[in-house]
Amino acid sequence: MKIKSQRDFWSGLLFLVVGVMFAWGSTDYSFGNSARPGPGYFPFGLGVLLALLGGAVLFKALTLESEGGDPIGRIAWRPLLVIVAAVAVFGAALPRLGLACTLPLVVALSALAGDEFHWRDVLISSVVLTVGSWALFIWGLKLTVPLWPVYFGG
Amino acid sequence: MDLLNNLGVGFHTALTFQNLLYAFFGAVLGTLIGVLPGLGPVATIAMLLPSIYTLDATPALIMLAGIYYGAQYGGSTTAILINVPGESSSVVTAIDGYQMARQGRAGPALAAAGLGSFFAGCVGTVIIAAFAEPMTVLARQFGAAEYFSLMVLGLVGAVVLASGSLIKAIAMIVLGILLGQINTDVDSGVARFSFDMPELTDGIGFVVVAMGVFGFGEIIANLGQPAEHREVFTKDVKGLWPTREDFKEAWPSVVRGTALGAILGVLPGGGALLASFASYTLEKKAVRNPRIPFGKGAIQGVAGPESANNAGAQTSFIPMLTLGIPPNAVMALMIGAMTIKGIQPGPQVMTSNPELFWGLIASMWIGNLMLIVLNLPLIGIWIKLLTVPYRFLFPAIVIFCCIGTYSVNNSPFDVYLTAACALLGYVFYKLNCEPAPLLLGFILGPLMEEHLRRALRLARGDWSTFVTRPLSAGLLIAAALMIVLVMLPSIKNKREEAFQEEG
Repeated sequence: MKIKSQRDFWSGLLFLVVGVMFAWGSTDYSFGNSARPGPGYFPFGLGVLLALLGGAVLFKALTLESEGGDPIGRIAWRPLLVIVAAVAVFGAALPRLGLACTLPLVVALSALAGDEFHWRDVLISSVVLTVGSWALFIWGLKLTVPLWPVYFGG
Repeated sequence: MDLLNNLGVGFHTALTFQNLLYAFFGAVLGTLIGVLPGLGPVATIAMLLPSIYTLDATPALIMLAGIYYGAQYGGSTTAILINVPGESSSVVTAIDGYQMARQGRAGPALAAAGLGSFFAGCVGTVIIAAFAEPMTVLARQFGAAEYFSLMVLGLVGAVVLASGSLIKAIAMIVLGILLGQINTDVDSGVARFSFDMPELTDGIGFVVVAMGVFGFGEIIANLGQPAEHREVFTKDVKGLWPTREDFKEAWPSVVRGTALGAILGVLPGGGALLASFASYTLEKKAVRNPRIPFGKGAIQGVAGPESANNAGAQTSFIPMLTLGIPPNAVMALMIGAMTIKGIQPGPQVMTSNPELFWGLIASMWIGNLMLIVLNLPLIGIWIKLLTVPYRFLFPAIVIFCCIGTYSVNNSPFDVYLTAACALLGYVFYKLNCEPAPLLLGFILGPLMEEHLRRALRLARGDWSTFVTRPLSAGLLIAAALMIVLVMLPSIKNKREEAFQEEG
């Protein structure tokens, strides 16, 4: 079978799989009946609905002709991985290293996602953003975010 | 006069020093993110949600509202000067606005956009004030079944407006509702889909979803595209004041745009984006023999859509304030903000928090006044901003979004979830799946389940309760009609055309 629209094919598959997973997962919870709907009632119905919709998108992707096969195109791996990694690093580092060390680290890391990387620019961004964030979030909005590294037992 | 009395309460609240300050802050920030391409009001408001914990409800909402309509002003500046919409609702402004800038008429274009927006903002505020009370009275007759049907209508409305495939957009809504099912069931106390992770039993925060899918997803998508060459017409902005001829041509467009935008803003799924597209189409039909043809720098093509998007931005507050139902993603975040501050959104807000309700409305007018000052005489500052390269901007956005998600619960887990949502956001971008319906479904999902289950219990398990209660039936029929209308071949083509112009 030939895929007529790649984007639709993959999105249909995504909806189908997620729908089935939710419907299957909700069988763990009491279903109840329509007069007394249980915790599994609503998610089961929706899971089935999503699977049906996914199936329909999939069917369309395999039968209806679309312009040029509707390809997904090049995946921007570098920005994707770098940004996702930068966010994760932020989550891991902030409670331990504090704002003053985490921000320059994340700024430098995320700058790798762009086409150009200049140490001078990264340095400027780091300083401006760290001081700015301190002023805005810790000093101004009084968020409870650690500023300096937390030493264990210290 | 009740209305005057209420507005009096509103202005009394809005004119305190603190509230004026936050309105101003919101307007400045809104303009800023409107001017900067790649950062929209959804991401910004999501980013600021954690910070409102320390604020009172009224200044917090005044500030967030200011960001939304401020972005409508700022977006037009970018559209006119560099042909890149700073904001999705100013896509059509770029068509004629940029042409005007190329002919050295950037000043009149900016003035038409600003003054049109101001007029629309004033009218929009009056409309909200006038319609809020009757809508609230209507809302009091709503039971669980009606609320459920209304949310169905709202979600369908959101789908009709999503560009691209209808069925995919519906699937995105359902997916959003399902993601909202990861929580603890209110009735039975059972933790659902938590995979034994305690963090998931409270549900995924919508800040996490909004920030991941919109904020980070957009950054990744932007970086994936080759850097574009930007031509900024900074030196040409002289002589801001439009000529007498410009005025004569622009004012009917402003009035038409305002009327159209005000109507479309109230509709579920409506708001600024749809209003500006519809207005451009209307202007092309209404102005038979333009002095300068559309697409070549017609002032009507700037004045109409800009007025419409601001009017739509204002009136989209009506369903949010009176029914507690968000017509678009920004309003969904506003509801989230109210919930954070312990205010149950819905018709009772007007009576239980009159200062908040009327103060917010009054602050919109004040905010619009501030914006016209910010955007016309001070235009030079914003133009300078446009020369900041993206490589300085995106690390800043990353940082702010990270701090925002972390500080909601002071939880690293939320930040990891956001990273996962960023991945998901990029997948949706690549697969041409609109994320806005997903967010709406995600936010309305738990409410829908609650009302559905309550309605069924009240009707002793009889599903026909949704069609036998007249108000509920009417809402469902309206939703069905909307789907049928979009599927009709003639409209389907028109809709595709409208979204084609976007590209």
